[in-house]
Amino acid sequence: MPKQDPKERIKNFEEVALGYSEEQAIREAKRCLQCSKPLCIEGCPVDINIPEFIRLIVEKKFVEAARKIKEDDALPRITGRVCPQETQCEAKCVLGKKFEPIAIGRLERFVSDYEANYSKESWQVKKINNKKVAVVGSGPAGLTVAADCARIGYKVKIFEALHKPGGVLVYGIPEFRLPKEIVNLEIEKLKEMGVEIECNVIVGKTITIEELFEEGYGAVFLGLGAGLPRFLGIEGENLLGIYSANEFLTRINLMKAYRFPEYDTPIIVGEKVAVVGGGNVAMDASRCAVRLGAKEVHIIYRRSKEELPARKEEVENAEEEGVIFDFLVNPVRFIGDENGWVKGIEMIKNELGEKDSSGRRKPIPIPGSEFVYEVDTVVVAIGQTANPLLLNVTPDIKRNKWGYIEAHPETGKTSKIGVFAGGDIVTGEATVIAAMGAGRKAAKAIDEYLKTGKW
Amino acid sequence: MFRILKKEVVGKNLNKFVIEAPLVPKNYKPGQFVVIRIDEKGERIPITIADVDKEKGTVTVFVQEVGKTTFKLGTLKEGDYISDVVGPLGKPAEIVKVGTVVMIGGGVGAAIIYPETKAFKEEGNYVISIMGFRSKEYVILEDEIRKYSDEFYIFTDDGSYGKKGFTTNGLQELIDAGRKMDLVVSIGPALMMKKISEMTRKYNVKTIVSLNSIMMDATGMCGGCRVEVGGESKFACVDGPEFDGHKVNFDLLIKRLSIYKKEEEKALRLYENCVSEEKREY
Repeated sequence: MPKQDPKERIKNFEEVALGYSEEQAIREAKRCLQCSKPLCIEGCPVDINIPEFIRLIVEKKFVEAARKIKEDDALPRITGRVCPQETQCEAKCVLGKKFEPIAIGRLERFVSDYEANYSKESWQVKKINNKKVAVVGSGPAGLTVAADCARIGYKVKIFEALHKPGGVLVYGIPEFRLPKEIVNLEIEKLKEMGVEIECNVIVGKTITIEELFEEGYGAVFLGLGAGLPRFLGIEGENLLGIYSANEFLTRINLMKAYRFPEYDTPIIVGEKVAVVGGGNVAMDASRCAVRLGAKEVHIIYRRSKEELPARKEEVENAEEEGVIFDFLVNPVRFIGDENGWVKGIEMIKNELGEKDSSGRRKPIPIPGSEFVYEVDTVVVAIGQTANPLLLNVTPDIKRNKWGYIEAHPETGKTSKIGVFAGGDIVTGEATVIAAMGAGRKAAKAIDEYLKTGKW
Repeated sequence: MFRILKKEVVGKNLNKFVIEAPLVPKNYKPGQFVVIRIDEKGERIPITIADVDKEKGTVTVFVQEVGKTTFKLGTLKEGDYISDVVGPLGKPAEIVKVGTVVMIGGGVGAAIIYPETKAFKEEGNYVISIMGFRSKEYVILEDEIRKYSDEFYIFTDDGSYGKKGFTTNGLQELIDAGRKMDLVVSIGPALMMKKISEMTRKYNVKTIVSLNSIMMDATGMCGGCRVEVGGESKFACVDGPEFDGHKVNFDLLIKRLSIYKKEEEKALRLYENCVSEEKREY
């Protein structure tokens, strides 16, 4: 797929991948074998009818192809960009055994962009009842539940804590990977379907779950995400210049700190930046740091390149943009200067041992291999845990030992009657599409519950 | 959008706003705050709630003009709108009956001290209030706080009103007089809270402080407000804003509050230039 030239793109926040042309899309779609037992569908968390939408592309029926996807995926422009297709649908593609698998994600992106540009039709909404569904959180899980429930005919209202809807899609994922305009348009479509969105409401603080039921909501879906940053818990972590990835990315993506002082929110990115972690969030943060003018940006990862949890495509993008990868090293402590700013990281080298419970080889520190690494900005991108804000005031929602909500995997039902949950607040950090999958299942279960009254 | 129902200049560069924010008062308790964002390009800033009106659905805040956002807020008039007001945030203050409570408020911190003073009094405590301001023109909420105080002392740095000196002088006087104190609540500039906490530590008087650290979402997501309390990292927005003053690492807090000093000055200078150019045009 065509991409912006790395030399150019490190100077802007515009989308890196430029998308297929019609010809490219058709050529790629023609490679599809149209398997009678398509394995690709098995690899998709929301069961998109992949061979069918690809067949429609071959017939040049791009709008119909997009609609086919939308039967199962309310946000294809988003999933077409941020899904890890290489480990899902594309991993199962028969062609992948001998050749390259079909670029399903790129085709999904192409047709859904095409539909957005050339077709103005919105969803058909049946109005079958006046029952109300409250959705807490407007990230991928919440948006999917809202879309599905609205399509069935429920009155849906989404409550969002931040001033803008979209959750991780707007505060976490940078513009160059997922343009915010696309997220905004998808949200506008939800509104056209009658979904109400109220921002600046923190359920658990501004309003409680009980009060939502008192206001007549028949069911409440919790799509809170896993929004509590994890820190390393080592000496010096509170020095100035050390950001959590959440703060770093929120300042940039949601608050547009890269346009300071036109926008009021500042960010400080020094000359030598270290990003600790190896996931997609670490890639996003490092690539943002490059764009904000850092001279040298390092990814510090405790295992080797093979174990990087980030998408291969994003690792490649980061490499092309000049991000330096330091493998098999782990921070031990942060060192500050006389003003309290970070000036170095003491690191220890690792070797890889036996496989651990995650199936990856375990990093083992090599005694005596410590060394100091000079930096002036650090971004800690080692993951998130469950944010207890809402759950602390709602003790009757059962949580597991890590603080995530215990919800039924097929229905999203929690231990509290009428309350469903899905996405990262149930599974821990996962993908956009996994959260959407959970949203789909919950929407079905909500419909069932509201129709029968049976829990 | 949130409408400004009332704006009053109550002191030098100090404004009082009554803002229509119908959802905020419902579950509000003293000690909590709101996050506001003035417009599309604005920052999100935390501001303590001084009062609410549950029936009218309004929130009262006092805002000192210190940076671009607060200056810009100061230019807004009654009837103008603010993009975002979200809250109430943070844990409510623990209002308990302990006996004698000393409420120590510095500057705009008085806006937080006020609802708590009222609550401590209503809980049946003997309330001694010590208020400190830079000078007479910065004094706020004097009558309101006095109303709920059994004793009331006021200090100004320059002696232009009340006694000359700082709130620490007031506390020292109480200590020297051998007064019984069961709890001290100190809210104001970080340096003042640090000094007060150092004084009360010597006498083993439990001291509560409210930390005004830099925040963005204020729901625990960004971790930008982290402070060290008892050697552990805490998030001021969800674990606080109130903490045991004897356990807070104030030196770290003071440093963290200065992170964006240069950027803030830059933004303010640009803003002031814009404003003065606009004036020239007309």
